[in-house]
Amino acid sequence: MRALTRRLAFLFRSTEGLVLTAIAAIALTTAIWSTLSGPLAEWGIGGVVARLLGMRLLAAEREGRIIMLYHTIAMAVVAIEVYLITDLIPMKDQWRPMINGTITVGYIMSLVFGLLFAYFGRNWAFHGLFLFGQSLVFFSGLMLTVALWPWQKEYRVKDPDYAHGPGGLDLERLALFAMAVATLGSALFGAVPGSYLGNGFETFMAENVVREPFKTPLQLAVIGHLHIMLTLIAVAALLIIGRWFDFRGRLHKIAMPLLIIGTVIITIGVWMVVPTEELAHFIIYGGSVFVLLPGALLVGFGWNKLITQGTAAQGKTNLVQKLRALLADPLRFGALWQMVYMNFVVTFVGLFMAARLDKVIRVWPAREERIELTGHWHVLSAIIATIILLYYADRAGLKGRARQWFGWLVIVGSDLAFAGVALFETKRLYVSEAAQQPLVTWTQLAMDAGLAVLMVTLAALMVWRLVDLFRSNGRWAKELSGAEQEVSQ
Amino acid sequence: MKRMIALLALLVLLLAGCAPAAGAPAAALLTLDTGVSPEAWARVPAGPFLMGQHEHEMLVDYDYEVMVTPVTNAQYARYLNEALAKGTVKIADGWVVGHYDGDPFSNHRHEKEIAAGDWPQFPLANEDARLTFDGQAFAVRPGYEMHPVTMVTWFGAKGYSDFYGYRLPTEVEWEKAARGTDGRAYPWGAEIAGHNANYSGSGDPFERNVGKLGNTTPVGFYNGKTYDGYATVNSPSPYGLYDMAGNVWEWTADVNPGAHYRFMRGGSRADYGFDLRVWTRNNAEPHYASPSVGFRCVRTVTK
Repeated sequence: MRALTRRLAFLFRSTEGLVLTAIAAIALTTAIWSTLSGPLAEWGIGGVVARLLGMRLLAAEREGRIIMLYHTIAMAVVAIEVYLITDLIPMKDQWRPMINGTITVGYIMSLVFGLLFAYFGRNWAFHGLFLFGQSLVFFSGLMLTVALWPWQKEYRVKDPDYAHGPGGLDLERLALFAMAVATLGSALFGAVPGSYLGNGFETFMAENVVREPFKTPLQLAVIGHLHIMLTLIAVAALLIIGRWFDFRGRLHKIAMPLLIIGTVIITIGVWMVVPTEELAHFIIYGGSVFVLLPGALLVGFGWNKLITQGTAAQGKTNLVQKLRALLADPLRFGALWQMVYMNFVVTFVGLFMAARLDKVIRVWPAREERIELTGHWHVLSAIIATIILLYYADRAGLKGRARQWFGWLVIVGSDLAFAGVALFETKRLYVSEAAQQPLVTWTQLAMDAGLAVLMVTLAALMVWRLVDLFRSNGRWAKELSGAEQEVSQ
Repeated sequence: MKRMIALLALLVLLLAGCAPAAGAPAAALLTLDTGVSPEAWARVPAGPFLMGQHEHEMLVDYDYEVMVTPVTNAQYARYLNEALAKGTVKIADGWVVGHYDGDPFSNHRHEKEIAAGDWPQFPLANEDARLTFDGQAFAVRPGYEMHPVTMVTWFGAKGYSDFYGYRLPTEVEWEKAARGTDGRAYPWGAEIAGHNANYSGSGDPFERNVGKLGNTTPVGFYNGKTYDGYATVNSPSPYGLYDMAGNVWEWTADVNPGAHYRFMRGGSRADYGFDLRVWTRNNAEPHYASPSVGFRCVRTVTK
């Protein structure tokens, strides 16, 4: 019995265990639900899985199902970021168990009851429990915001190497606080119109209404909501990775104010989409620049640090030695590389779309634009996930050859898939519909193979940690005792 | 590190071997006659029906007739030759062009003006088109006579309809003809399987030859017959219309305020199965032409 309670304590009370549980939940959900689309559906595996599990897949409910699926996975991702923030950022001790406990119950309820409602018959009690779970996640966000309050004396910056404001105000903490407040407001920005105007009965996908000449407030709010939530998840990831690298110095002092301003501007811009769509876009573009620059500064800082640390013992070094030092640790290099790569497969594609909307994109049929839109934000979501995954693998204690294999397979697999998506979604730029088959074949192969590599690598990590749980004095026990020591101190 | 690079190279090589070989569809399949006549019309009676994904009741208070299949290449070639002879259309800048009266224009955001004038109907000497033009007359590329006409713009679809005294269906008319009155998701029922319609990954014989996006199938292909060992499921709409889902998107008539796009229905050979649901909409500019877009006509019943 004690063995079980100790393991449960690890999974639901230590940061490493909580993150592991949430990643495992996402991995399991992804593994099952990915069979319902793409090549696995075409091979008939999706149908077999649906029958085995007793799923009820009515054609008219497809959009509603997918929206529920997105929300359930998103809650788990938000939970992971919250766990990492409560672990990395100083706050009063009582906040951590309250925030983590609330969000854990919340995301698990959302995930379990959301999927039960969406895929296994429309039991409205489950829908209520799904909403209750989401409300708990929101409530934990409120507590996090209070815990992060940056104007408390004890959290003033003591080391002048970190970005700070008047009176030693910790600007990184302020950036986290701004992100948390913006996230809460943006959650309401989706939830309130969704409940009041949509009431869940007439669902639609944002990508299917972008060409409506006269959009309803609900349509505008939904489009804005999904964009800003993903952006804020990316901002949180940026701040978490910054802590991992101990981001500091001149670049930190430039990055943090930019990130705070960018977060505020972009959030206000998105909220303004409903009353004034055209003006809102200009504000969003401006805010985006402020949010993107800190990412570039973190990459510069982090890579320089990897090179400096990796060549410290070598005296004068040449380019090859520097490059070796940079690539020596795929987890640390990869987390930042993915931020750079994001620009090629997400940012530049998005900017091109915005700049050439009427001249190029809207000349294509709506289905092509939909492919572009869904590809765009699927890649953004997945690339954020890989960054978090690389960080978790470091925290989980991957070392030696396993660290090398895991890191490089995540980078190569995901980037292959993302490149495939980027080429696929922009295919009409360089190939006509009649001649597209070879390009479609190859890009889909790249996507499927890359994602398969990523999923298998993730599965290996999960199996490794699962096996570890069966060892009496495994890694889990050390991580739990570490967490307990922190609490007792 | 070297071993890792070698393994990755091996992986790439293995994946390279997975690509399907492209080739032309078998001639016997291309040219087959499905037994469903493209000259046939079916009557849709007046009355209410459930429209859209969320099934709002809609009333069509008149009877109308719909073509049983999309317009074929043979039919469209006949139209172009007759219209050219009559002077209804002419050749300009590599296109067949014809007059259109223009759309109301409100200068709405993203709206482009479709003014009165000559607009393109069908491209000449285009490798994606199944019609050829020798300077005098149009002919169908051999084998494609019974396939739906493609690479036809909305203006070209309207031109055909006007020429013969028909019209393009409104979205309401199209959807009622596709699903009847019981709120079904596909013309034949609630679910889709590969042998119901031509869509991406449906496994039809054309996909075996040219890859997943396949090719158009002859009109009326999914009528329960077996072709070259490939058994189809008879999949008409409740009113006996074929190809209302898959094969080619079909232009509809509506001109929407504030937008210059024209809407298409039905999904095509290049779309996933869920895009074949009867309420799914696609749209494009009215001068857009594609190997996956065709049309069919309706006519008002006078007695």
